[in-house]
Amino acid sequence: MAAITSAESFFIRSPLRVLASLRLTVVCLALGMLLVFLGTLAQVHWGIHQVQARYFQSVLIYWSPPGASWRIPVLPGGYLLGTVLLINLLAAHATRFQLSKKKLGIILLHLGVILLLIGQLLTGLFARETQMRIDEGQTMGYSEAPREVELAVIDPTNPDYDQVVAVPEAVLARGGTIQNPTLPFTIKIRQFMANSQLVMRTQAPDAPPSPATQGFGKNIVATELPRTVKEDERDLSAAFIELEGVQGSLGTWLVSNAIADRQPFTVEGHTYSLVMRQRRFYKQFALTLLNFTHDRYAGTDIPKNFSSRVRLVDFERNENREVRISMNDPLRYRGYTFYQSGFDNNDKTSILQVVKNPAMLMPYIACGLVALGLLVQFSMHLFGFVKKRSR
Amino acid sequence: MNRTRLIISLVVAATLLYAVAPLLQHDRRGGFEMQKFGRTPVLLNGRIKPLDTVARNSLLIIHGKQTFATGQGTLSAMDWLAEVLMKQSEADRRKIFVIRNPETLAALGWKPDAGKYFSFGEFVPHLQEIEQQATLAQKVDAQLRSPFQRDIIKLFERLTLYHRLENSIEVTGTQNFKGQIDELVKNIHPSPVPMNSGITAEALQSLAFLAETGYFYAIPPFAPNDDPLRWRKMGESLLVFLTDGKLHPAVKAWASLATAFQQNDAATFNSALDQYSRELQRDLPRRVWKAKVESIFNQVQPFYSAMVLYVLIFILAAASWLVWPQTLGKYAFVLLVVTFAIHSTGLITRMYLEGRPPVTNLYSSAVFIGWGAVLLGIFLERFFRNGIGSATAAMIGFITLLIAHHLSMDGDTMEMMRAVLDTNGWLATHVVCVTLGYASTFLAGFLALTYIVRGAFTPSLDRATASSLSRMVYGIVCFATLFSFVGTILGGIWADQSWGRFWGWDPKENGALLIVLWNAIILHARWGGLVRQRGLMVMAVFGNIVTSWSWFGVNMLGIGLHSYGFMDSAFPWLIAFVASQLAFMMIGLLPFHFWRSQMEAPRRVPAREMVDLTA
Repeated sequence: MAAITSAESFFIRSPLRVLASLRLTVVCLALGMLLVFLGTLAQVHWGIHQVQARYFQSVLIYWSPPGASWRIPVLPGGYLLGTVLLINLLAAHATRFQLSKKKLGIILLHLGVILLLIGQLLTGLFARETQMRIDEGQTMGYSEAPREVELAVIDPTNPDYDQVVAVPEAVLARGGTIQNPTLPFTIKIRQFMANSQLVMRTQAPDAPPSPATQGFGKNIVATELPRTVKEDERDLSAAFIELEGVQGSLGTWLVSNAIADRQPFTVEGHTYSLVMRQRRFYKQFALTLLNFTHDRYAGTDIPKNFSSRVRLVDFERNENREVRISMNDPLRYRGYTFYQSGFDNNDKTSILQVVKNPAMLMPYIACGLVALGLLVQFSMHLFGFVKKRSR
Repeated sequence: MNRTRLIISLVVAATLLYAVAPLLQHDRRGGFEMQKFGRTPVLLNGRIKPLDTVARNSLLIIHGKQTFATGQGTLSAMDWLAEVLMKQSEADRRKIFVIRNPETLAALGWKPDAGKYFSFGEFVPHLQEIEQQATLAQKVDAQLRSPFQRDIIKLFERLTLYHRLENSIEVTGTQNFKGQIDELVKNIHPSPVPMNSGITAEALQSLAFLAETGYFYAIPPFAPNDDPLRWRKMGESLLVFLTDGKLHPAVKAWASLATAFQQNDAATFNSALDQYSRELQRDLPRRVWKAKVESIFNQVQPFYSAMVLYVLIFILAAASWLVWPQTLGKYAFVLLVVTFAIHSTGLITRMYLEGRPPVTNLYSSAVFIGWGAVLLGIFLERFFRNGIGSATAAMIGFITLLIAHHLSMDGDTMEMMRAVLDTNGWLATHVVCVTLGYASTFLAGFLALTYIVRGAFTPSLDRATASSLSRMVYGIVCFATLFSFVGTILGGIWADQSWGRFWGWDPKENGALLIVLWNAIILHARWGGLVRQRGLMVMAVFGNIVTSWSWFGVNMLGIGLHSYGFMDSAFPWLIAFVASQLAFMMIGLLPFHFWRSQMEAPRRVPAREMVDLTA
């Protein structure tokens, strides 16, 4: 009998006690501080986007000596720490805390922290940030991922719409051959460059011959570059694409998001065109930029405010109205939020940040719960303290 | 009892008198009404401000001080600016430019012992060289520049500022500006094409130069139909006259002032100023009032007197631990409350002038951190009455105001807010909460310093004081957790509102998160019985390091949305501060027999019991 109890306590109670312990909380929080601190310093060299992926949206952080092909995990990443903290918190409430009035503040506060952690996990996994660049007078039904490209094969036969087959960047980077049932040819990715430099062949006479046999690629030299880490720079991606029909190769093309021209080609009497562009996300509605305004403080170039007047048209829902989007005053529609993010082109182009985040409301609720919990808990302390002093 | 009250009233009265004393000095150098001249409103960097502010900030940027000591006496900022604007031959001889870098001196062909101070006149033959060197240096990334490159850029910027100031009212060297304007009015037939108005090509060119180069906007909008923010530079206003035929009366007023000053005619100057002030009062009563409030604020310098008083309070309160605890403690507290009132008056005046919540930039965050810490310190002193609240609050008040003073060296501390920050609602909630979080974390850290210093170096830390300090630190850490947590999450919500993401791992956001995490660690470590009294103190001191990193350190990385530019001069100070805090933590960890106060390791408290204690 005694043996069973000690085994039970060893295998069930004691792991649970460790999981629920304050020591584990302190260790996790301390590792969290280290992670945040190192993740801040790393931004100087790696830029915010790479650091986010490597430090905060990861399970483990690896280190490898320069040039080595192996790597060892050195620190738990954001996802792992967040999950352990979450389990720690839940276990603590399952074992140590009783529901009582005295603990109300702490329970509310911890509930808020739980929601915050889950919300951030969901955001990290499911939120999508894209951009919409609209010129005055232009209408747009899609937004673009600013740091991700796609290869689009466009079939413009139908006068009402284009039929598009789009290959996302992740697939391009993997390489290989892609076959799509709507296309009478396969797409072979001969080389993909996440960042590159394009130079006219006339300016680089010594460059090796281009793999491209068709389109503008014949006259351009493409050289691969490491991805940029600077906040204000964008990668220029490029790829060499070979198309293969039933009768054999149709040729190799160079595509790049630096060159917006579509490259037409004909297969079995049918004309298609090929282009690399920022990855597009189509919406069920469209926005037209009526005008963009940019106010400055008197006698300076300091921006005071910018705002876009847009017309929102949604045939599905019969919406057709004017909206004003400005700093700190976004448009929320059908799960998307449109924020005024920037401007370009002598104030003729407005840049909107388009965000879809299913967990958007969670930080708001969490914030309320945490603030309430802290307030309840500390005012109980304070009143107790004052009462004791005045006695 | 009555005598004590009398003494307290006297102390309060004397302190307040000390604070307003600068107003009683009347500056009337050579009979010119400089103080009144300084209250004239002008537009600069998007804000309407008194000329006095322009003068002080420009002299601060160029000379590093708000006054200028000549061989014979001290020039106020306004005395100096008047010369720069209207009597340039005199101003060009003033040795106001400081050069300390020997390489810069060598580049100008001057010997290292040529003295540190130079006049604009001495630079005139070298202007082209300096511009060339500065242009070369500017091509290098700001963080990679050598000391010489940084120095030459700074010098070039100062010279440019001076040059623009000189050409704000009249072209440098003009002898009789009033006469010129009178001639212009007589001979010009305004025409949409300026060349057809009868002006000579040369004169037109000099007006265009004035419009281009002038630093501030001296001429108010045409009352009452013009756009209220459409102020013009002197040159612009004259060009408007050429084409539209409308001459703003302020142009004539400034011309009379300039010529009277040039000819050293105080009576004419004062009467012209009087008339111009009346016109402004009639057309722009609110602007005139605000400019007056601001120039009084400049003169009184409430933060400066508060800084001095905080030192006095600290000395009084610290002395109360050794002698006359009752009396000295009481006067320290009274002084603290009065000084807090002075500090608050300064803060509120700034808020009124800016029309903003208290914290809008790094400078005002320093002022507000001090304010918040002093407020909390007053509450602590009310409860514990042992001088610790007063002393610690005064120390933080002094240090933060000193930091603010150094941050004000870059010029106007009331800049306009960039579009994304232009929301009073979030500035008032997120920024205030986060800053109060900083203030309370610092307060906890400095209370802990008091514990360590008194315990290790003096015999004055008895059991009761130690336990009251421990309760203070614990309470303030709770407070810090509340404000930094709520403030940080509010920041996330603001970011969600304006950029569409709640959290972006931006350096400043991370800095705030570190404070929250550290405060949470302190609380959990104490609840878990992992630390006791002394451990709590050592951890609270580390809070100072975390907070200074978040407040200043992340700005020095030069990246991110909240980055306010690389502050190379503050970097050694930050390192020194961090090192000193680490040293205090080491001392805090020394075994008790090295401490001068009789301390013994407290009874071991089982973890479970500690948890229940806090519930």
